[in-house]
Amino acid sequence: MKTDTLIIGGGLMGCSTALQLAKRGARCVILDKDSPGRHASGVNAGGLRRLNRHPAEIPLSVASAEMWHDIESLVDNDCDTRFPGQIRVAENREDMQKLQERAAMVRDLGYAHEEIIEREALYQLVPALTPDCEGALICRDDGYGRPFHALNAFRRKACSLGVECHSATRVDQIDRARKEWRVITPKGEYRAPVLVNCAGAWAGPIAATLGEPVPLKAGAPMLMISERLPRFIEPVIGAASRKLSFKQMQNGTLLIGGAHMAELDFKQQLTEMNWAKLAVSARTVLALFPQLKDARIVRTWAGIEAFMPDHLPVISRSSTSAHAYHAFGFSAHGFQMSPVVGKILSQLILDDQTNLPIEPFDIRRFQKDR
Amino acid sequence: MSTAGPKAHYSLVIIGAGPAGLAAAAAAAGHGLDIALLDEQRAPGGQIYRAIESIPAERARLLGSEYRRGEDLVGAIRNSDVEYFPDTQIWSLNREREIGLVHGRSAAMISADQVVLAGGAIERPVPYPGWTLPGVMNAGAGQILLKAQGIVPANGVVLAGSGALLLLLAWQYMRAGVQIKALLDCTPMHNHLRALPYLPRALLARHYLLKGLQYKLDLKRAGISTLQNVSDMQADGEQRVESVSYRHRGRQHTIKTDLLLTHFGVIPHIQLSQAAGCRHYWDKSQQCWRPQVDEWGNSSVNGILIAGDGVGIGGARTAEHAGRLTALEAVRALGRVSQHERDRLARNDRKWMREEQHIRPFLEAFFHLPGKLLAAPADDTVVCRCEEVTAGAIRKAISEGHDDSNQVKFLTRCGMGPCQGRQCAESVTHIVAGATGKSLPEVGLFRVRPPITPLTLEQLGSLFPDETE
Amino acid sequence: MFKRLDSNPSKRVTITIDGIPHEAVAGETAAAAVLLSGIDCTRTTPVSATPRAPFCLMGVCYECLMVIDGQPNRRACQEYVAEGMRIETQRGPGALPE
Repeated sequence: MKTDTLIIGGGLMGCSTALQLAKRGARCVILDKDSPGRHASGVNAGGLRRLNRHPAEIPLSVASAEMWHDIESLVDNDCDTRFPGQIRVAENREDMQKLQERAAMVRDLGYAHEEIIEREALYQLVPALTPDCEGALICRDDGYGRPFHALNAFRRKACSLGVECHSATRVDQIDRARKEWRVITPKGEYRAPVLVNCAGAWAGPIAATLGEPVPLKAGAPMLMISERLPRFIEPVIGAASRKLSFKQMQNGTLLIGGAHMAELDFKQQLTEMNWAKLAVSARTVLALFPQLKDARIVRTWAGIEAFMPDHLPVISRSSTSAHAYHAFGFSAHGFQMSPVVGKILSQLILDDQTNLPIEPFDIRRFQKDR
Repeated sequence: MSTAGPKAHYSLVIIGAGPAGLAAAAAAAGHGLDIALLDEQRAPGGQIYRAIESIPAERARLLGSEYRRGEDLVGAIRNSDVEYFPDTQIWSLNREREIGLVHGRSAAMISADQVVLAGGAIERPVPYPGWTLPGVMNAGAGQILLKAQGIVPANGVVLAGSGALLLLLAWQYMRAGVQIKALLDCTPMHNHLRALPYLPRALLARHYLLKGLQYKLDLKRAGISTLQNVSDMQADGEQRVESVSYRHRGRQHTIKTDLLLTHFGVIPHIQLSQAAGCRHYWDKSQQCWRPQVDEWGNSSVNGILIAGDGVGIGGARTAEHAGRLTALEAVRALGRVSQHERDRLARNDRKWMREEQHIRPFLEAFFHLPGKLLAAPADDTVVCRCEEVTAGAIRKAISEGHDDSNQVKFLTRCGMGPCQGRQCAESVTHIVAGATGKSLPEVGLFRVRPPITPLTLEQLGSLFPDETE
Repeated sequence: MFKRLDSNPSKRVTITIDGIPHEAVAGETAAAAVLLSGIDCTRTTPVSATPRAPFCLMGVCYECLMVIDGQPNRRACQEYVAEGMRIETQRGPGALPE
């Protein structure tokens, strides 16, 4: 079949890009080897976090936050978003020093969203926290959403504007002839003048096919979740010197992450929990919230996700082929960026420019002879 | 009974101390192996021989002669070198045969060279209107109360559903003097026809059939008659069950009761074999998912064997033989007997397994549940008891394009409660298949997300104390 | 709803169910003791606060979650009564553990 833009990967980046293109009247088709949101997009921790972003990501993350705060106008659904703030706790003076330096750096860049709060303000916001913490870095209107719900809202809205989403459609071959991309799948051949690579952990071979290999590594960060508990905490909690992402979801369950990796059999798409690392994660939670010792973990899982060596995504025109674009490698913090990434790609595709600074995410940064 | 927990490693770990696990442990004992038998109950016997060591003689008589078989099975283990650990919940098992467990209140991770899974069966969850009301329970629950604690219905009981256990429980209750208000058999009448072709072969194992007929005759003599071909059974009440309504011979009936016990057959409890990554398949005849095993119980994962009702429903006697077969195979794999010796020791068990094939097709056809019961709960019927997801919510998710079990789970939270989908996984598969026209294997089962039994943060945090960030 | 076959059991222990003392028999599960006590509802669901009671009694359905000795979310069918055990109806997700 023929269309204007072929998007490989039906995750959030793919659906968000399709939605923005469709809003401007472009036709597109999304090809997904499984079903939309089967991997990282559907099962991530759902953090809507500007807090503690890499400086290069801050402009995009800030723009994306604005879109999340008004997400209903974009996708007709609130994606179960909440904005109770995200907090990075300092457990000692050293931590506090580190966070103060961070806050100063962000201020110097001209942003005001990250601020330091002292002890008293911290315990007002998080009375359940273990005593003796020093203070925290906070981003007050950060929050979280429910990833699979968000993914579906993006997909449904895109489809309502004419986007076609083809599940169980694996891409076997890509070539270009007569100013058109030709993508061959077991379900048939697709043609379009524009190609977008949003294939997440599977984006590497597509980039390589376009002649621009990337050092992408697939990883599977583990998450665990508790039974429903009475509400006892509102903001999302991280720690200055520990691996932790901790929040109580809308329904009372505790979602605990910390970027510890599962064992991954990438070929089989199988993950196996690393209980030693989850034990560390449990100890981290108990160090900050000792009253949770009898809270029960009921599920653990790990979504397969693309990691880049510098932990920055690739959001880029192809360096080798005209009319090909990339958005992948979000290294386990892409959820929040997805609305703006769709916007950026649609601008690149339709206007050949974007108003946001994307040079740091250029695919050419991995090319040695550059 | 050990008070200390299991050691860090065993050559053979057997999980489950019902007939399969007990027989496996007994057969593997005496070969000089380091063997642990882990079981979640406080005493051995599984559900079928529950309380076998502590039951008063009078109560044991009520249960019938079959129950006493458990005494020898348990006795063999008590007098062996097998380390038996009761009160041990398994929360994880992987391909490397690492076993996450909680013994007493303490968590541990141990490993084994060979693992025999003998986790048995669960009652098939079938959602019908009112099945979540207090006063509605599984028939198996009623039988557990009778066996383990000598507790019986006080104000009479309505028994409903389909399957051998229903008849057995009615018979046992009758002997205990319990008032049976109604025995509602929801097995469709046309199953008689469905089962007929298998009858000649089933006559080779006619002791099963005779026993069933005997129970029926005894019940009839006691004035308890079974209503056949009952449909549209449901429990009614506000805060608890107050009555049961059903259709029989074209007419609607209601019967007042404070207790309804239902049963729709049993299915293998496959959470652990799923967690371990063993291959499973849909068995049309047994209407359930089963792990794939060879005649020795070897699963698709090296070193993990499965025996008993956890493989497929065959009953307690068959489970014993299957347990012995897996144990002999594990002992062979561990180099303690030759293949020839294994085959010699297994001769009697293999013969039993072959003969068992006489009766099963007949029973499975006879108790085949209609699709209407499995795949067509009304939209307002709760399917996921934990998260209270209705059949209607599942169908809505399907209509929005979520056409496999796991997508439905992601979207609706169906199967994400504490029972981990044990009570809704099959129903979701049936409903999705029914609505999409896909086959059951295409729709698939929920992926298992360990821990398969909840684990506290303190228990998890106590593991791997030397590990750091 | 239920009764003991043996009207004069030995090895009795005293437990409380929702604060009210009850006699139970050693070896009985908390779920059995609760069913005998005559209370209908052992928990209300965290989703819609509807009443529930034990269902499978073999540890697979998680319907019998109760607060036992101050710990919420315990399966009453897997816990055995002991002298002085406190069993309470669990309301919704229960309180945070003591």
